[in-house]
Amino acid sequence: MLETLQQLLWSGDLIYATLRLTTPLLFAALGGLMCERAGVLNIGLEGMMLGGALTAYVVALRMGNPWLGILAALFVGAITGLLFAVVVVTFRANQIVSAVGMNILMLGLTGVALRAAVGLSIGQSPAPTIPIWEIPGLAGLPLIGPVLFAHLPFVYLVFVLAGAMAFIFYRTTWGLAIRAVGENPRAAETVGIDVIRVRYATVVWSGIFAAVGGAILSIGYLNTFQEGLTAGRGFIAFSAIIFGRYTPLGTLLASLLFGFTDALQLRIQAFGVQIPYQFLVVLPYIVTLLALFVAGRSKGPAASGLPYAPGEE
Amino acid sequence: MKSGLSKRLEGLRSIGLGQALSWTLPIWAVLIAFLAGSVIIAGAGANPIQAYVALFRGAVGNGGLVATTLVKSIPLMLAGLSVVLAYRASVFNIGGEGQIYMGALFAVWGGTLLHLPAGVHLPIVLALGMVGGFLWSAIPGYLKAARGFNEVIVTIFMNYIAVAIVSYLVHGPMRESGWNYQSRAVDESARLPIILPGTSLHLGLVVALAAAVLAHILLFHTTLGYRLRMVGFNAEAARYAGVKVTLITVLAMALSGALAGLAGAVEIAGVQFRLLEGFSPGWGFDAIAVALVGQLHPAGVLLAALFFGALRTGANSMQTAVGLPMVVVQVIQGLTVLFMMIGAAVQHYGLWRPARREK
Repeated sequence: MLETLQQLLWSGDLIYATLRLTTPLLFAALGGLMCERAGVLNIGLEGMMLGGALTAYVVALRMGNPWLGILAALFVGAITGLLFAVVVVTFRANQIVSAVGMNILMLGLTGVALRAAVGLSIGQSPAPTIPIWEIPGLAGLPLIGPVLFAHLPFVYLVFVLAGAMAFIFYRTTWGLAIRAVGENPRAAETVGIDVIRVRYATVVWSGIFAAVGGAILSIGYLNTFQEGLTAGRGFIAFSAIIFGRYTPLGTLLASLLFGFTDALQLRIQAFGVQIPYQFLVVLPYIVTLLALFVAGRSKGPAASGLPYAPGEE
Repeated sequence: MKSGLSKRLEGLRSIGLGQALSWTLPIWAVLIAFLAGSVIIAGAGANPIQAYVALFRGAVGNGGLVATTLVKSIPLMLAGLSVVLAYRASVFNIGGEGQIYMGALFAVWGGTLLHLPAGVHLPIVLALGMVGGFLWSAIPGYLKAARGFNEVIVTIFMNYIAVAIVSYLVHGPMRESGWNYQSRAVDESARLPIILPGTSLHLGLVVALAAAVLAHILLFHTTLGYRLRMVGFNAEAARYAGVKVTLITVLAMALSGALAGLAGAVEIAGVQFRLLEGFSPGWGFDAIAVALVGQLHPAGVLLAALFFGALRTGANSMQTAVGLPMVVVQVIQGLTVLFMMIGAAVQHYGLWRPARREK
């Protein structure tokens, strides 16, 4: 028993899988964090991921090049972000309900587009995938080399981005503007910050980030797309922001925890432990709920969720 | 805390709860959604006009199809009412799907394990369905009211968990031997009778209509309903007025879950009789569009459910006629929700008023 447990937990594979599974989550979460700090709640991350995943798959399949798939996902992510921004920033529609509508729309849209693009041969059309990039010099290290330095390029990138985001948030005027808009848009406007522009920019970026997260799922780890591929990862990403107390580092750690949970449940499944797989599959959701419970009232930016009209009273 | 409350208030106002929404708004939202949907259908390589004609014919083309539309509307009516009840208290319950599963599960337990005389069995089975939904949604209700959780996130995760529990049960303990992954069928005495001979239309329609009437009475003619709406409209003021906001919030969510659970139970007792994986095609999510298009009003919900029930029925024929997948329905629903929200916001804030006129 103890030995099994040791084998289960004490392995490079588990760390490897944790990093791998954290990456798409963290992409979406960092994007969500950005617009959240500017005062826009984005529960639409799920749909945006889904859009990115489908686009990347279809374009990679048609063009025969996974990088073009990523490029297209970036573009579609930006468009979805822009549309969401039009709805919630310009029209000032309720952010939560609109995002739920957006998720329903994206679920349908990706289903229709998949059928239009691939027809009925879904599953028989593997797309080219993003290759693993071993970091020269480091990947050859014993033990840690294959675990830490032999991943998709996006795995390294996302951790760099998390650091960059912390820098941008706390060390640049841009970051100050974002935080000011999220805390007190009126005051931000008084000092000359264009609130609407900041919100648009961050929401568009959140769309791009989420789409990359989705694209990694479809043409990074798989070579295909299926309806509802993201399976709630966008919502887990959203929770990671809350559990991470709205900071880049916290979000990173929370995403790692959720990525680890997912890696662990897959590993337990592979080990053939006598737990019904249905319960293992939902482990990440349960852990996320517990994490939220432990986190208690994690306070978001003061203007979070509030629409804003410039130049009014 | 204060900011949280005023925030929630703002959220409600921006969907137009604080004022009567124009009754034409849902019609416009649906029309524009269909228009935008036609662009997407054309993009998918089908002829939108042909698609919509097939949709229409498939929904109400003959008596049998009308009956099917009605049957498909029943769970949407109940799930739509469920969303309304919570929404009125400013809780956004998108856990309908999980609550439907739990209601169905409890109903199947009652229908297969209890053996009671006809006339007693059925009401007990339906009541058990409500209990299942009630208990399952009381959890997110509590987490929101007492711990400040975002109910959208919690209910979504609980949807996954409920679906997993049912999946486990029909694969294992509840699996009928020799059959596919499904439970035993409920007793004859636990089934809803057909009310229109020769069709599949069952008594569940009457149950749904009665639920709408009761929901209307509860919301607008009882103290509980008054408090519930008060919490929804202005939680802070309600608290000052002595309303137990936490309790009302939990109760609103739990009652909402009971209605969704009833939707699951009615579907079991009226149509499917057994529990199986993928039991619901997503009624819990359809219910959001139903509730919004129904203007968060029980009578409106009935009409909206008929409309979306027709959409689901018609989508079947559309699939065979022009080769569009069923998920087109979701495209239209998602667009409808978005346009409803935009419409409500425009009505509330005015169009383009945000433009910097002062500058």
